[in-house]
Amino acid sequence: MKADGHGPSQAHDHGHQPEAVPSDMSLRVKALESLLVEKGLVDPAALDSLVDAYENKIGPRNGARVVARAWVDPAYKQRLLTDATVAIAELGYRGRGGDHMVVVENTPKLHNLVVCTLCSCYPWPVLGLPPVWYKSAPYRSRAVIDPRGVLREFGLEIGEDVEVRVWDSTAELRYLVLPERPVGSEQLNEEALAALVTRDAMIGVAQVTLPREESRT
Amino acid sequence: MNGVHDMGGMHGMGSIQNQVDEPIFPERWEARAFALTLAMAAWEKWTLDASRHQRELIPASEYLAMSYYEKWIAGLVELLVKSGLLTAAEVESGKPAPHSPRETPPLTAEKVLSTIARGAPASRDLPLTARFQVGQRVRVRNLHPTGHTRLPRYARGKLGTIDRYHGVFVFPDTNAHFLGEKPQHAYSVRFAARELWGDQAAARDGVYVDMWDDYLEPA
Repeated sequence: MKADGHGPSQAHDHGHQPEAVPSDMSLRVKALESLLVEKGLVDPAALDSLVDAYENKIGPRNGARVVARAWVDPAYKQRLLTDATVAIAELGYRGRGGDHMVVVENTPKLHNLVVCTLCSCYPWPVLGLPPVWYKSAPYRSRAVIDPRGVLREFGLEIGEDVEVRVWDSTAELRYLVLPERPVGSEQLNEEALAALVTRDAMIGVAQVTLPREESRT
Repeated sequence: MNGVHDMGGMHGMGSIQNQVDEPIFPERWEARAFALTLAMAAWEKWTLDASRHQRELIPASEYLAMSYYEKWIAGLVELLVKSGLLTAAEVESGKPAPHSPRETPPLTAEKVLSTIARGAPASRDLPLTARFQVGQRVRVRNLHPTGHTRLPRYARGKLGTIDRYHGVFVFPDTNAHFLGEKPQHAYSVRFAARELWGDQAAARDGVYVDMWDDYLEPA
């Protein structure tokens, strides 16, 4: 159960092959959990409940509702840009990993991108837990020095006339990008708009687009 | 500390592996590692800053080789032993020490959602005078503390502008070491990309870094 119980062959293996036998880490975490439960230090039902909360309740659908509301309600958008923590709490999203929220707005002349170069800070109440790439060295190292190159890797070419702002989450402020509402979405209601908003758009590595069918009409 | 975790601006880390429809926890042990870390934090034996610092203390070669939740577990085990919640012998054997008392967990299933919603605000309502004003030019102090800091290397010594005022916040550099909260004003500081990275950066781009009073001096 020591910190060195992993071999170099597992390094950077995010492939997650199906396992015939439990991995070292699987055994190690199971042993630690058993010990903590046996000592009365942890309630295993609380662990189940924590996992359920972040697998099923708290995720990017929350942030998408915030974005859609801002798109349809100018007064809400104003509150969101002025005091994001309070405006997001209006929709019921608050707490751990997002006690202090800032929302930054994309415009035709401004593109925002969020990173945590030092660890993995991410706005949990609105986006849930971050994807592996967000927590990994390539993104953390490059987002600040080469944001345009990073965005290109995500398929997003930012014009020279557009300013790119990178937000490095070094304190307890958590950043959410308010993406641009897609052109041609005027007929969509708030719920339909929310369905278009992706996690990546709220980190700033994607734009929100209409599905092909709707953009043709 | 000038650790490998402070990787903003480094080269050689490879390309971004963007996996479509990745599960929240690709392996079940990762879900348990995550939940154990949150559940044990409820004992309030350490601060969030201390747990971040514990992961930074993982030797650089191991830090780069470990997956995300491997680092969490490595940090958690160290904190459990340091705080006395477990002994090193218990960690080694996987068995409770003989005659050790049975505790009562502070976080139960019923309390999980309310605990998440309550959060743990790091702001402090204190009548302190802000040292800097929005729009003011500032220089980042050239600090290289050996302990925890949230001042990334790439910003040290650089000139920036106070873009936004955040309020009074707990100072991680002391709080991580149980040396008190030392609350002080925090700001978002804008750095021109060229101030940080030279002419290769786009002229209009900027990097915004959240900083406390102690990181800054008037320019």
